[in-house]
Amino acid sequence: MAESTTAAHGHGGGAGGTRRDFLSLTATAVAGVGVAAFAWPFIASMNPSASVLALASTEVDLAPIAEGQAITVMWRGKPVFVRHRSAAEIEAARQVPLSALPDPQPDEARVQRPQWLVMVGVCTHLGCVPLGQRPTDPKGDFGGWFCPCHGSHYDTSGRIRRGPAPANLEIPPYTFTSDSVIRIG
Amino acid sequence: MRRLRLVALAASLLLAAPAARAAGEAPKPPPQDWSFGGLFGTFDRASAQRGFLVYKQVCAGCHAMKQLAYRNLEGIGLSQAEIRAIAAEYMIMDGPNDDGEMFERPGRPSDRFRSPFPNVQAARAANNGAYPVDLSLIIKARPDGANYIHALLTGYRDEPPAGVEPMEGMHYNAYFPGHWIAMARPLHDDQVEYPDGTPATTEQMARDVTTFLAWAAEPELEQRRAMGVRVILFLIVLAGLTYGVKRKIWAELKH
Amino acid sequence: MVGLHKSDFKNPVVRWIDERLPIPSLLQKEYAQFPTPKNFNYFWNFGALAMVCLVVMIVTGIFLAMHYTPHTAHAFDSVERIMRDVNYGWLIRYIHMNGASMFFIVVYIHIFRGLYYGSYKAPRELLWILGVVILLLMMATAFMGYVLPWGQMSFWGATVITNLFSAIPVVGDDIVVWLWGGFSVDNPTLNRFFSLHYLLPFLIVGVVFLHVVALHITGSNNPLGIEPKGPQDTIPFHPYYTIKDSFGLVVFLIVFAFFVFFAPNYLGHPDNYIEANPLVTPAHIVPEWYFLPFYAILRAVPDKLGGVVLMFGSIFVLFVLPWLDTSPVRSMKFRPLARPFFWVFVLSCLLLGYCGAMPPEGIWVVLSRVGTAYYFLYFLVILPVLGKLERPLPLPVSISERVLGGGPVPAAAAAKPMEKA
Repeated sequence: MAESTTAAHGHGGGAGGTRRDFLSLTATAVAGVGVAAFAWPFIASMNPSASVLALASTEVDLAPIAEGQAITVMWRGKPVFVRHRSAAEIEAARQVPLSALPDPQPDEARVQRPQWLVMVGVCTHLGCVPLGQRPTDPKGDFGGWFCPCHGSHYDTSGRIRRGPAPANLEIPPYTFTSDSVIRIG
Repeated sequence: MRRLRLVALAASLLLAAPAARAAGEAPKPPPQDWSFGGLFGTFDRASAQRGFLVYKQVCAGCHAMKQLAYRNLEGIGLSQAEIRAIAAEYMIMDGPNDDGEMFERPGRPSDRFRSPFPNVQAARAANNGAYPVDLSLIIKARPDGANYIHALLTGYRDEPPAGVEPMEGMHYNAYFPGHWIAMARPLHDDQVEYPDGTPATTEQMARDVTTFLAWAAEPELEQRRAMGVRVILFLIVLAGLTYGVKRKIWAELKH
Repeated sequence: MVGLHKSDFKNPVVRWIDERLPIPSLLQKEYAQFPTPKNFNYFWNFGALAMVCLVVMIVTGIFLAMHYTPHTAHAFDSVERIMRDVNYGWLIRYIHMNGASMFFIVVYIHIFRGLYYGSYKAPRELLWILGVVILLLMMATAFMGYVLPWGQMSFWGATVITNLFSAIPVVGDDIVVWLWGGFSVDNPTLNRFFSLHYLLPFLIVGVVFLHVVALHITGSNNPLGIEPKGPQDTIPFHPYYTIKDSFGLVVFLIVFAFFVFFAPNYLGHPDNYIEANPLVTPAHIVPEWYFLPFYAILRAVPDKLGGVVLMFGSIFVLFVLPWLDTSPVRSMKFRPLARPFFWVFVLSCLLLGYCGAMPPEGIWVVLSRVGTAYYFLYFLVILPVLGKLERPLPLPVSISERVLGGGPVPAAAAAKPMEKA
């Protein structure tokens, strides 16, 4: 297919030559379309398969998480931070003026219920997992999370405050299926 | 040309050999008219859905279908809501949880069909030592699969033919290789109540469950055939074009 | 500019590259201008088709390997995941699965073409030998690939074929244990087969390269079996044979596509959709169709070692064929006595293939023995003796004389109507 009929020049002439050139071009173009179409299934096969897509939701029971604690769950192979925030943490997040933020976003837009902060625990710089989930972890200068790879500091709303990361920690799609259960994805 | 034809004939003989061989093993199952038969057939959705009901209420007691997930049922035309409801009927083993223990939860569409037994040994122990095979691929895993399964399900005889000694604990089937099968006759008239009102005769249930199993074995069949038609038409056009170019180029040589 | 290759290409980018790495010049010389006998029939398409098959197998194989798991506990299921969940996985897998059969059909026709037209004779002996090496590598690759889906035929085929080596006196059993990496076909076997199945095709690519280099040294044989006498007997490979190969390729792809889309399991065996079970052997073990003739030879011999020796011998005899055939005339067209023996040989191969699929009992054993006897008789007795006895027909003076209809031309023109177009 690849070795089709491109360079048939120089062998014929006159009307026959023109007709042949037209035919050759058509055949080459059609063969080219065929090769491109043949390539698509191979490219598509590297996309997530149906079984991977089907697993794209995770349910989390919030009941055992006490105030001030956080858990990390797996969703699509990535850690998701679920934090039960204290009133002080919520207050701290809401006090910050938007002008002080590299990626301005009010805390209200990042949570569905103020005490539950749910976000993808992947630094928006280059994909490391920030510290701050365990009580003993360094939490950075803003009491939230600190990424040890390149020193990004996140606040109690998971917003970037200082360091190379360009954006706030991502909020995954999730819904409260009951008062104490969320489904992520 | 004559030689070519001879070679082609001989080659087709050669290719037919395995098929011919397989047919000699047991009585040939009578060929049925299947919705998915021929080169262009498609699955009869209503029949496949009824067949799933038969599988669920009759076969699933012993036979697993571990290659299928509930979400796959979309392929026989069930809606997402119906699939979620069906999945939720089953308790699926999951875990370990945070306490390190396995637990059961209602099924989700992404779960595979729950197997009736946890492993082969348990399946054998519950069935007098006979292993109820997984049905995911049964139509592809038997020669002339669809006709064979249909014939097997309708091929039970209350009495073996005259002169054949009955076997303890086995059942006579006209189409099972060797005739004595451990599985008792699974389908009886009106065993299943079809929601669409189709009379549930043994023959009808056998036909429906075979359609369902054929879909389960080759869920890609319709997409494959549709794509095949397009690919071959495309190639025929391309063959015509390249032949035209070839004639032109070679014609100049002869002048 | 000392050391730079002198390039005739007009395109400055191509010329810049060509001066430093003269691959464009090489391609121009070996593929575009390459003087090729002007009288090929369509049997000369099959070398190019085989090359396309090899590429298709490697490409589909690489993508399958992205989703396959070489572990006894997961192999069968991972193939089903490819068939059901991976986007177009069924397509890629069916192309690979049927591609193996297509590859063998093409290569077998290529070999029979070589046998009929005497393409193995001097000076093309090494070209032929490299081809037999490719065949051996293909067989090893196909055999190991068939094990990977870990179905019943995979497992028992692997068991039976590896056990062939136990026929070797004294060290046979040790060799088999070494091949298995254990005491039966198991996970270590599957792992190494996967590794080698991925490696061998690239070795095949290497030998194919040598095969093509050797071809370009001697030039192609042709249906008349006489060497081109000058430029009037040859045409440039491009565009004449590129377009002829392209047309043949598209026709071949139609056949290929028919199997992939409408009869993907026709050439396979239902038992391989049952997961491997080391405790139960299927009632009838048969290899894939392309091994059936060799399988029949194996079973035709009542002695274990003898069967194995003859089976391998049936391929190794091809290595020495250039020296067994004593006739100086290449093409069977001019060998009236040898020609019927050749067609009986083709029939005996087909007969062996048929016997290979039948149970080893009754008439089939007898027929297998007849086929086997003729197979070896043809190479070891008939060809050596015929070369001495036969009086070949007078050869044409040159290719162009024959092509233009000058010489004694009866059957040739009728046999290839396409060329008259």
